[in-house]
Amino acid sequence: MLTEKTLEKIEQIQKNYHSKKSAVMGALMAVQRDSGNNLTREDMEAVARILEVNPVEVHAVAGFYTMYNWKKPVGRNHIQVCWNLSCSLLGAEHLISYIEKSLGITVGETTPDSLFTLSTVECLGSCGTAPMMQIGDDYYENLTEEKIDTILADIRARS
Amino acid sequence: MEKILLKNIDKPEAYKLENYVANGGYKAVRKALEMDPDHIIQMVKDSNLRGRGGAGFPAGLKWSFIPKDPTIQKYLCCNADEGEPGTFKDRAIMDNDPHLLLEGMMITCYAIGASIGYVYIRGEFEYGAAKLEDAITEAYEKGFLGKNIFGSKFSLDLYVHRGAGAYICGEETALLESLEGGRGQPRKKPPFPALAGLYAKPTVINNVETLGSIPAIIEKGPEWFKAIGPEKSPGTRICGVSGHVKKPGLYELPMGTPLRELIYDHCGGMRGDKKIKAVIPGGVSAPMLVEADLDTPMDFDSMGAKGTMLGSSAVIVMEEGTCMVKVAYITNRFFSHESCGKCTPCREGTSWLTRVLHRMEHGEGRAGDVELLESLCGNIFGRTFCPLGDGAVMALRGALKHFREEFVYHVAHKKCMATTE
Ligand SMILES: Cc1cc2nc3c(=O)[nH]c(=O)nc-3n(C[C@H](O)[C@H](O)[C@H](O)COP(=O)(O)O)c2cc1C
Ligand code: SF4
Ligand code: FES
Repeated sequence: MLTEKTLEKIEQIQKNYHSKKSAVMGALMAVQRDSGNNLTREDMEAVARILEVNPVEVHAVAGFYTMYNWKKPVGRNHIQVCWNLSCSLLGAEHLISYIEKSLGITVGETTPDSLFTLSTVECLGSCGTAPMMQIGDDYYENLTEEKIDTILADIRARS
Repeated sequence: MEKILLKNIDKPEAYKLENYVANGGYKAVRKALEMDPDHIIQMVKDSNLRGRGGAGFPAGLKWSFIPKDPTIQKYLCCNADEGEPGTFKDRAIMDNDPHLLLEGMMITCYAIGASIGYVYIRGEFEYGAAKLEDAITEAYEKGFLGKNIFGSKFSLDLYVHRGAGAYICGEETALLESLEGGRGQPRKKPPFPALAGLYAKPTVINNVETLGSIPAIIEKGPEWFKAIGPEKSPGTRICGVSGHVKKPGLYELPMGTPLRELIYDHCGGMRGDKKIKAVIPGGVSAPMLVEADLDTPMDFDSMGAKGTMLGSSAVIVMEEGTCMVKVAYITNRFFSHESCGKCTPCREGTSWLTRVLHRMEHGEGRAGDVELLESLCGNIFGRTFCPLGDGAVMALRGALKHFREEFVYHVAHKKCMATTE
């Protein structure tokens, strides 16, 4: 079930376009944000109904873009470490292993308390401050082991 | 040198409209609105401004393809997908000086007769998207957007469309598919977007940096612009430098600045004063250069003559000791991951290349693997639906051209000759 707030957001997004279908991406993202960063089949179908688009097309969109989380649920803090070239040149691989060890999970997994999911991602457009990662909406740049310790500790303390 | 694109970047709260105006902003658009749209197109043509998104297509020429019929809806789409690995320049403009982009878009829309413009921004740029949204809201509040801008007959609406993670959406026709709410897969050309683009209407697609150069051209004139850098490829360029240099970051320099000057004078040279092994001059799709090529000027034509591309002028610098098999593996893994799956040579070819490079890199290379890479490249190149597949091949061929013996060594000795790994 979509909340009032989400429905309002979708209503607003539609105003940006002449075609309802153009609002599919924004609508899916709005739903995902309001549902703990995850998307379900039912959510996709609801979006299809509201925007009068064939559900198959909405599924296709959700499947095409990497930021929609529906294949498996992600934790409350989605850590996405860039492993493209500029970050790799400055030690991304090592940092990924370091985070794996600190969290006790490997890339692609979620901690048992659902606090963290760890993923690798392609270039996030922050190569001048490599190595870097994104957690939720925020970028963390010029990473070192010490910085990672602090970032993870802060998140643990907040939750 | 006078900066055009990053001039406000370090000023406090440059993203606010009042500060942009205080720094001389929104003068160019007022001037433009008093001119004939065709005159603006001519000015941009005369300036020789070439697209900063990758291909270097002349901006004024692109605009001139838009039909003049005032009854047809036209669109401008700003390409802010910034996905080419190594590139982080457009983000700096959107995060810090969004009104520069808005002003460039306003002038462009007026020149081509578009009453609606979209900024297609990659989904991960949450901060930049918010800054743009705020800037647009402020502009509406002040009457800089909406109906009858500055009391003229010109009306314009601008919107932000957010991507959701797909490098291919930087390709202009895939971007349009995505804006229409579908999977971002490239379209067949022709028809070109200038005739049938967004919602099958005439559409101009320009990069953020291209549009950000427009206000200065209108304000100071094409001759002024053309006097910066080489005449056929003029203006300033934001070079985004990453990798093993002492001071990575963004440097706005005249087009045609040699790579050596960029790396040694501006970026402080190499970390640990090591030697340079290779430099990628324009994002990972651009074939790499070596130390002997460092005096090449960074402009479209000079880089083309060296068999590579200026692309997005994302300069990735690699020091002596960097494993080129690993570099090739990482680069190809990216292309394979981002292949949109529409055509077989790219979809199957890049994933096969990645498998072979993966086993080489992990000490499991097989006899004949280097030749296999070369033959796969031959089967992909020139046979793909869009340039992504060719980009993958060009990048790999660049590495093989300069460092083939490293690939051979990896297969024969199951380890790297460049590093101790
Ligand atoms: C695979 C691929 C990815 C691209 N990614 C981008 C991008 O992220 N940003 C961009 O401005 N242009 C990108 N381009 C180039 C666009 O297709 C297009 O040429 C450009 O946006 C035109 O604007 P310009 O003339 O101002 O450079 C890409 C092209 C290809 C083939
Ligand atoms: S070359 Fe690759 S990205 Fe381009 S259309 Fe073919 S599969 Fe898609
Ligand atoms: S390579 Fe990591 S942000 Fe670009």
